[in-house]
Amino acid sequence: MESVLGRYRNLIILVGVLFLQVLGLAMQVKKSGGDVEKTRLIRIWAVDAVTPFERMLVWAQTSSGNLWHNYFYLRGVRAENRKLKDQIEQMRLQQVRLADDAAQARRLQTLLAFKEQFISRTVAAQVIGSSGSDLSRVIYIDKGENSGIRRDMAVMTADGIVGKVLLVYPSVAQVLLINDQSSGVGALLEKTRLQGVLRGTSNGEVALERVMSDEQVSVGEPVLTSGGDQIFPKGLPVGTVTKVGNGRDLFLNIKIKPAADLSKLEEVLVLVEKQERQAPTEDAVRMRASDILAQRLPSVPDRPATEANPAGAAPGNSESGAAAAQPKTVIKQPMGTVTTPPGSASMAKPAPPAKAGVTGSPAPRVAKADKNPAAASEAPITLLPERPAKTADSASTAQKRTDASGAPATGSQPDASQANPPSVQPKPVTPSTPPPANAQPPADENKPQ
Amino acid sequence: MRSHLRTRINHNSVQITYTSREQVEVYRFSIPVTVGVPLLALFLQAFVPLRFPRFAVYIDLPLLVTIFFAMARRNPISGLLTGAVIGLAQDMLGHNPIGIYGIAKTVVGYGASSLGVKLDVENAGARLLVTLGFYLAHSAVYFAVARGLVNMTQTWSWSRGLLAGLANAFLGVILYFVLDKFKQRT
Repeated sequence: MESVLGRYRNLIILVGVLFLQVLGLAMQVKKSGGDVEKTRLIRIWAVDAVTPFERMLVWAQTSSGNLWHNYFYLRGVRAENRKLKDQIEQMRLQQVRLADDAAQARRLQTLLAFKEQFISRTVAAQVIGSSGSDLSRVIYIDKGENSGIRRDMAVMTADGIVGKVLLVYPSVAQVLLINDQSSGVGALLEKTRLQGVLRGTSNGEVALERVMSDEQVSVGEPVLTSGGDQIFPKGLPVGTVTKVGNGRDLFLNIKIKPAADLSKLEEVLVLVEKQERQAPTEDAVRMRASDILAQRLPSVPDRPATEANPAGAAPGNSESGAAAAQPKTVIKQPMGTVTTPPGSASMAKPAPPAKAGVTGSPAPRVAKADKNPAAASEAPITLLPERPAKTADSASTAQKRTDASGAPATGSQPDASQANPPSVQPKPVTPSTPPPANAQPPADENKPQ
Repeated sequence: MRSHLRTRINHNSVQITYTSREQVEVYRFSIPVTVGVPLLALFLQAFVPLRFPRFAVYIDLPLLVTIFFAMARRNPISGLLTGAVIGLAQDMLGHNPIGIYGIAKTVVGYGASSLGVKLDVENAGARLLVTLGFYLAHSAVYFAVARGLVNMTQTWSWSRGLLAGLANAFLGVILYFVLDKFKQRT
């Protein structure tokens, strides 16, 4: 017996060591999810042994780099400054449009009582290390518990999302990158609004899964976070579609190029505080969906004061202008007929027959906006200065249309059409030539000249 | 040389090996080298991919260090323990369950030290082939454990394995030449 043990001593020890490791592995795998916490202490030892050197090296590298870039390598700064100034000018122009869009989005959120999530605080951190293995795509950052970092916080750069915090140590945190196989992020395609799950592949690529194969996805389409994972706020850039192919189980195989360069990360932002609040409601009373649509659509040009019908339009009433402008639109319609183009049924349907002549004219405009909402959001920037003047005018017009069509008023304002019935009566003018049977709604004629 | 070996085998009927007992030299290392070199390898493995992302895909410095120590010490128990410790430390830096690299490197450490007893692994050609072989063995064990025990999604690629194996083998030859300076005769 002793001779057998002595003869196979090495092999027995090998089997013993392997058995212990397999046992440890099995215990970790058995409780998926709890393994991270259970092995926290021994991971801390390894991380503490390696990260001080990494931190020191990163510091030395950054310091020498800063010295070079900030003091010695200033060639071309003047030209770059000029270029950046030009860029700022371009961005200011862009900002005007974006601010307009954002304002509209806020109004719509208010109307729909959406709760908006926004990033309230981030912590900047430097990347100091990685796992060193392509089978575990994680990085280490130089901020940890002491800096307010917690598990499952989102990590991103200015370009796009990077990953989420997986493990937190006192002064270091481990971040799981989005291209790791075990990562999953809720994502949606920007144009088509198709939702899927973003996952890493074994070779370090990122793929969007769970998109049905009968959907149309084009290469180059941006991908955003959907917010469904409760980690990343909605709307953060993820990347762009680089390849679309047929996958397994009726799903598409969509490859994504991450917006953030995951292989060259130096500084990242950790989203430490995320707030959820309802959009401010000060405009909620006054603004309604129809008002906003009316703002965005090309409106009836203002008529001269002399043409305004003073009957029923009280002086100082903000709706008087709109009331005066209304008959001009109605003239174009065949009297006594209700013109409801396809697609506008949902908005024009409740119109009572008694006011058919009134509802006939605005319906096509609303229907057109409903059909093509993109056109509404692409209002030219030059319209912006006129907006305050137009708001009351077009808003009241829209309100009147809504009220006339039987839709209940959401605000507490009085119903303009009922308060001033003469103002919405069409002029008794008939067109010299009757319109053809398939006449298009006069939406084009309402465009500003 | 060969005739001398053949003669010894014929006359003394010792175990048939590809080297003589005289050629087998067992080395030892100082404690700073024993601790510092694996730690440095782990540190570089974690740090270099930040600047050269492909490094982590093709190079496994802790594996090269494991093979070197195992072959130099020529003691299977010492080799497997070295492999186990380095492998487990490498596991701790990642997020996967601890033990996958540990098992793979334990097997490699045992194999390299066992081979070191029987084979002259001092010349560059032998080292190149041995490192290539052990890289593939390490990948195979890792693949089997990760897929079979941990249920990780793994894909095996011969082309990538061979390419990475060759890269490690060439780097290993250079690295072993440097680490030879730290050897101490027992």
